Amino acid sequence: MKQFFAFIKKEFLHVIRDSKTLLMLFGLPIVQIALFGFALSNEVKEVNLVVCNLSNETKATELIQKFDASGNFKVVQVIHDPNALDQWFKNGNIKMCLVIPAQFEKNAVRERKIDVQLIADSSDPNLATTLVNYGNQIVFDFQMKWFGQSTLPGINPEVHMMYNPSLKGTTNFVPGVISLIMMLICVLMTSVSIVKEKELGTMEVLLVSPFHPFFIIIAKAIPYFVLSLFNLSIIVFLSINLLDMPMEGSILLLFAESGLLILVCLSLGLLISNTTNSQQAAMLISLLGMLIPTLIFTGFLFPIENMPKPLQIISNIMPSKWYYIIVKDIMIKGLGIKYFWKETLILMGMAIFLLALSLKKFKIRL
Amino acid sequence: MVEVQNLHIRYKEQKDFALHDINLNVEKGELFGLIGPDGAGKTSLFRILATLLLPTSGRASVMGLDVVKDIYAIRRKLGYMPGRFSLYQDLSVEENLNFFATLFETTVEENYDLVKDIYIQLEPFKKRKAGQLSGGMKQKLALCCALIHKPELLLLDEPTTGVDTVSRKEFWDMLGKLKKTGLTILVSTPYMDEASRCDRVALIQNGKILSVDTPKGIIDSFPYPLFQIKSKEMAKLHKDMIESKLLHSAHIFGEWNHLVFNDGNTMEQLIDYLSLKGHTNIVWKEIAAGIEDCFIERMRDL
Amino acid sequence: MQTVIHTENLCKAFGDFKAAYNISFEVYKGEIFGFLGANGAGKTTAMKMLCGLSIPSSGKATVAGFDVWTQTEEIKRNIGYMSQKFSLYEDLTVLENLKFFGGIYGMSRAEIKEKSQQLVHELGISQFANRLVKSIPLGWKQKLAFSVAIFHNPAIVFLDEPTGGVDPITRRQFWDLIYQAAARGITVFVTTHYMDEAEYCDRISMMVDGEIKALDTPENLKKQFGVETMDEVFYELARKAQRKGD
Repeated sequence: MKQFFAFIKKEFLHVIRDSKTLLMLFGLPIVQIALFGFALSNEVKEVNLVVCNLSNETKATELIQKFDASGNFKVVQVIHDPNALDQWFKNGNIKMCLVIPAQFEKNAVRERKIDVQLIADSSDPNLATTLVNYGNQIVFDFQMKWFGQSTLPGINPEVHMMYNPSLKGTTNFVPGVISLIMMLICVLMTSVSIVKEKELGTMEVLLVSPFHPFFIIIAKAIPYFVLSLFNLSIIVFLSINLLDMPMEGSILLLFAESGLLILVCLSLGLLISNTTNSQQAAMLISLLGMLIPTLIFTGFLFPIENMPKPLQIISNIMPSKWYYIIVKDIMIKGLGIKYFWKETLILMGMAIFLLALSLKKFKIRL
Repeated sequence: MVEVQNLHIRYKEQKDFALHDINLNVEKGELFGLIGPDGAGKTSLFRILATLLLPTSGRASVMGLDVVKDIYAIRRKLGYMPGRFSLYQDLSVEENLNFFATLFETTVEENYDLVKDIYIQLEPFKKRKAGQLSGGMKQKLALCCALIHKPELLLLDEPTTGVDTVSRKEFWDMLGKLKKTGLTILVSTPYMDEASRCDRVALIQNGKILSVDTPKGIIDSFPYPLFQIKSKEMAKLHKDMIESKLLHSAHIFGEWNHLVFNDGNTMEQLIDYLSLKGHTNIVWKEIAAGIEDCFIERMRDL
Repeated sequence: MQTVIHTENLCKAFGDFKAAYNISFEVYKGEIFGFLGANGAGKTTAMKMLCGLSIPSSGKATVAGFDVWTQTEEIKRNIGYMSQKFSLYEDLTVLENLKFFGGIYGMSRAEIKEKSQQLVHELGISQFANRLVKSIPLGWKQKLAFSVAIFHNPAIVFLDEPTGGVDPITRRQFWDLIYQAAARGITVFVTTHYMDEAEYCDRISMMVDGEIKALDTPENLKKQFGVETMDEVFYELARKAQRKGD
């Protein structure tokens, strides 16, 4: 047991004395949170809008003002010639156009229903969909105020955004960033720290010591497990206090589930360190093998449901995908374990499988 | 303490054996040297003995334990210092030593007597990071770390490579002292001149053992009378001698040429020949062979 | 005699630590100059300055006629360098290595081709010419590495422990190559831990604690210290070193 603690103490000393490792451990999460939280948010704010007003009635002007005041759109120009629209889109300055037809008010009064057209630039389909949704909402609100609810004929769907009524991007990104950072740091740190010992020649001495190879692995993993949990605390703290991320569910549960993901990552790191002998190779495999698949298959950048079937199947082997679902359930929806026991079980299975594999593969010789 | 029988090792994707039919016995309390250049197979042999590599065929045992079957029992009693062992650069001298002591289930205090002579020289730097020590000091610290659990057998793989002559002398002095405590030491080196410090040596080249004997035994077995010679123009002298066809071999050793005659040829003939070639100030004498002479002679048989 | 390296009170300090102090010497064309010293005596620091890889703290030095303060690029173009650690690219063939290094030094394609053939012929290595470097015997690698280092016909070649760990026969063959290069007018600046190799040098300098403590022919040094071998000369000088822990 004394050997074990001496080993763990040594590992901590390595981390503390290496400014690069420290920077990566604590700088990376902060940078990532800032990057994804602020710069890369897909929230819609003040999007340039051109209005093609063919009616010139009072209610039309009112509607235009409504759009401008929504905060989502900024009316850059009101034009009266629909043929000019094409050029506006081509120039790329605007993302959407609102067309108000001639005799808009008169028709609306007669039919007790507004009839306008929204044209969106769907070269970025996600954004276009979002913009049209926003636009619809504004038009719908406008109509309600004008005629009142009861007057509407037929069925009119009422859209209500659950859990994230303001459609804020943060809630989508933060759980993604958490899983990304966990994947990166845990896998990278463990694999590099083991391979470093091989490079130095110290691994040979560790192996010929009476300290059982099994414990070498465990002792290597524990410091990074602890550091990762610490790291997680920073991210969660930052995202709640800085990015207004909700924390509806149990924080204890969040940490427990994160511990599970960390375990999976550590085992992956161990596996990588077994197959390579240089720090650079370990770093490259960890980065390329983890970063890109995590970005693509976790679901926070590209919705998995929209992917082709084969890719959807592949996404199932990404631990971060399941973790992402769990984190969203806990933080945003405030749900308990009975809603995501299946995902938890999958992660647990992955952890056991990978850990067993890496222990089995760990060479007791060179 | 070490028994090796018909040992072979061949690495994956290579057609030649890295070690070919190695047979070796090291007695208890011996200081045994394994002498040969890089790539001769020294490290492979050490790794097999340290239970870190599996031999392709043959048998090896250390301290009476089989290197394939009894790996954990061996690891408990063995001191091993790998060739490129460079300790933990970011830990201090003290921290390194304490860590390895704990790892081998002991404390620095418990076995301090064993490392005292060496550690005393490191003491002034004990707070310094291992990465900032000089080559010689690093070797001393590494030796301390390998000794701290009082092993019965010490395997040192090229401990003096890249270390200057003064530090090398000190290092061998330390090994001499350790030997007196009854420790068995197996050490490898590419420096031929270190052979004389060993009780027995094995010369190794291209994965084969050329000979095993005491340094004196190896030198005495040099089969020919050996002469050294020098003149004013050394480079020309060497070339002329080889062209003379009188010699079995001629090799430059520092300021001298070492030479062995072909059967029937004599120094008088050579001097006559060299004088004709215009050499002056020729000095020569018959000498005893050194380990390097023997190594070169044995390499011819390969 | 033409001077190839000239240094005057060359110093390099890292903070308070004087890694090299008041280095003054001259090396002449075609000379084999042995640069000896214990570990940590400052050899590497001095070599780096002369190769244009590090700027001195004070003092003057020219290498192949170029100033180490201002003309490091010219210096690099006119020197060759080989160490035990770095020699050739293992995953290129011998000829590809020659092509690459010749190209780096701006040799023309025709020149590279001609000199490669000449080299292969001189060393008698036509059987290796198109093999990957990693598959050729270790002894040959060192000899080839040296040939590559002088391939572009530099004024000086710096050899940093070129024969470490090499077998005794290859070691001697290696020195034959050094002599041939020197005879062609290439100045050889060499460090070694083998004291018999120190005897092969025309002149030797001994560094202790960052300073040059002795500089002369091997013969004169042995006389000066009243000893028989260079090993003893080295020992006499190096054991007085103060900077052991560094």
